[in-house]
Amino acid sequence: MILLETEALTRAYGGVVAVNKVDFEVESGLITGLIGPNGAGKTTLFNTMTGLDTPSSGKVWFNNKEITGYPAHKICRMGIARTFQNIRLFKELTVVENVMIGRHFKTGKSETKGRFLNAVKSYVKLKEEEEEIYEKALDWLDFFDMEASKNELAKNLPYGKQRELEIARALATDPKLLFLDEPAAGMNPQETDHLMATIRKIRDLGVTVVLIEHDMKLVMNICDTITVLNYGQKLAQGTPHEIKKNPSVIEAYLGKDEA
Amino acid sequence: MLNFFLLILIYSGIYALMAMGQNIITGYGGMLSLTQAGFFAIGSYVTAILTTQAGWSFWATLPVAFLVSALFGLLIGLPTLRLKGDYLAIATLGFGEIVRNVLNNWDSLTNGPMGIQRIPMPVILGFTINPYKKYAFLVMVIVFVIIAYILFQRLARSRMGRALAAVREDEIAAQSMGINITKYKVYAFILGASVAGIAGSLQATFTLSVTPGTYTFMVSVMVLCMVVLGGMGNFKASILGAFIIQFISYFPQLTGLSSVIPPQFKQILFGLILVVMMIWRPQGILGREATRYRKRAVTPTGGEQ
Repeated sequence: MILLETEALTRAYGGVVAVNKVDFEVESGLITGLIGPNGAGKTTLFNTMTGLDTPSSGKVWFNNKEITGYPAHKICRMGIARTFQNIRLFKELTVVENVMIGRHFKTGKSETKGRFLNAVKSYVKLKEEEEEIYEKALDWLDFFDMEASKNELAKNLPYGKQRELEIARALATDPKLLFLDEPAAGMNPQETDHLMATIRKIRDLGVTVVLIEHDMKLVMNICDTITVLNYGQKLAQGTPHEIKKNPSVIEAYLGKDEA
Repeated sequence: MLNFFLLILIYSGIYALMAMGQNIITGYGGMLSLTQAGFFAIGSYVTAILTTQAGWSFWATLPVAFLVSALFGLLIGLPTLRLKGDYLAIATLGFGEIVRNVLNNWDSLTNGPMGIQRIPMPVILGFTINPYKKYAFLVMVIVFVIIAYILFQRLARSRMGRALAAVREDEIAAQSMGINITKYKVYAFILGASVAGIAGSLQATFTLSVTPGTYTFMVSVMVLCMVVLGGMGNFKASILGAFIIQFISYFPQLTGLSSVIPPQFKQILFGLILVVMMIWRPQGILGREATRYRKRAVTPTGGEQ
């Protein structure tokens, strides 16, 4: 089943076309890789799909519903979560508070309207709600083996842990689809191996994963399908095996053989 | 002397209300707004006009003052939310001045620079709270401060407080976590405005007359000082800050030195305090309030980037 699909998605900044008529699709339940040389438009594609940037033209479909141009918070609420290339944690908040923010829109669904007043009205209700959010957040920290550092400030975590915390925070929104923007950037080989295991674990939870990554070992190992972008256009799409053999992909990465 | 002391306490209470409102905007939401004087004025004039011209009681004007200032909070909040830092400060500062100029010039409604006199004293259960006998009035102000404190504290400890913290820390990440950042910024503005409106009502009924000259830019600056001095993101600190700043600004009269120390003295002192605070204790006297998820020891320094 196709979970997410873009149709001729384009994002132009004046004369620069960062994403050019890309038809991108994400199969439900798989790990999809998005690769390409620097400046190929990978992050722009992510941003236009997650509502942080508005596409110039084209359409985005999620779960058979058109979400083109929706604001970011609405897209998140529909079940698409993401992490960022340059980590965007709430640095001055604690680890557990970061994850709790991911639970922000998840509680008291039936009382959406009265929630604001609830905080003022009933201390008991407020406490209950907080407790529920807190417990859920701890569950996610447990998933990443981070419960011990729950009361530390996010900015004091080691780099690899910050990346993981960002993923934990995204997962706390209970997404159907998780976008990871260069999750292994800056990680050492051990941390990368650990990350690969984690991403597989996330897929096994039933979350579809899309990741941008430059670490080819990671991409070729865990992706079920790969899409290659170059100069804003889709260059190729296929299994890791097919992509490795594809002459135009090799050309984009290594350049043309002069001889 | 005691009377004068009580007067300062009453003003401290009224300003503490405004400071708490400023705190939810600046300390929690991270938006530098300089418009509390405008909402303060709106609250005052709503009470003044309704009591003197329509014959309403003070208590009946309170919800109106609350709603009208909340409405203006919304009106000023919506268009200025795209602005950040200094730009937001300038835009909101402009609003405060516009309010004062309208009050100054709309003669038919506000009686212009002459202001409105003979505002009736508040009556509760047949008992007149006479501002000249300050004890009863002080008790009333304290009750208002306590109620506002409890309500604000609850909001800050709920999801809303955390959402505002997220907006303050990183707007893009907050959006991507499903937080409607526009909504929360507007909420913060409305809350800050409405409590300043209530403070304005109290001010009007305490002084029994209102003139536009009271609601100058200095009021907004003083309120901001209170928040920064006490500690951003901490309502207790705002109340403390209000008391300290009020006592400082009445220091010459309090010590009987008003003939020696010029009135500009307090502005110098405010500036000095802010500079000293920025150097030695940028997080304010009490600092950001520690949540149960954070131990005191790791309280961050400052809140802004």
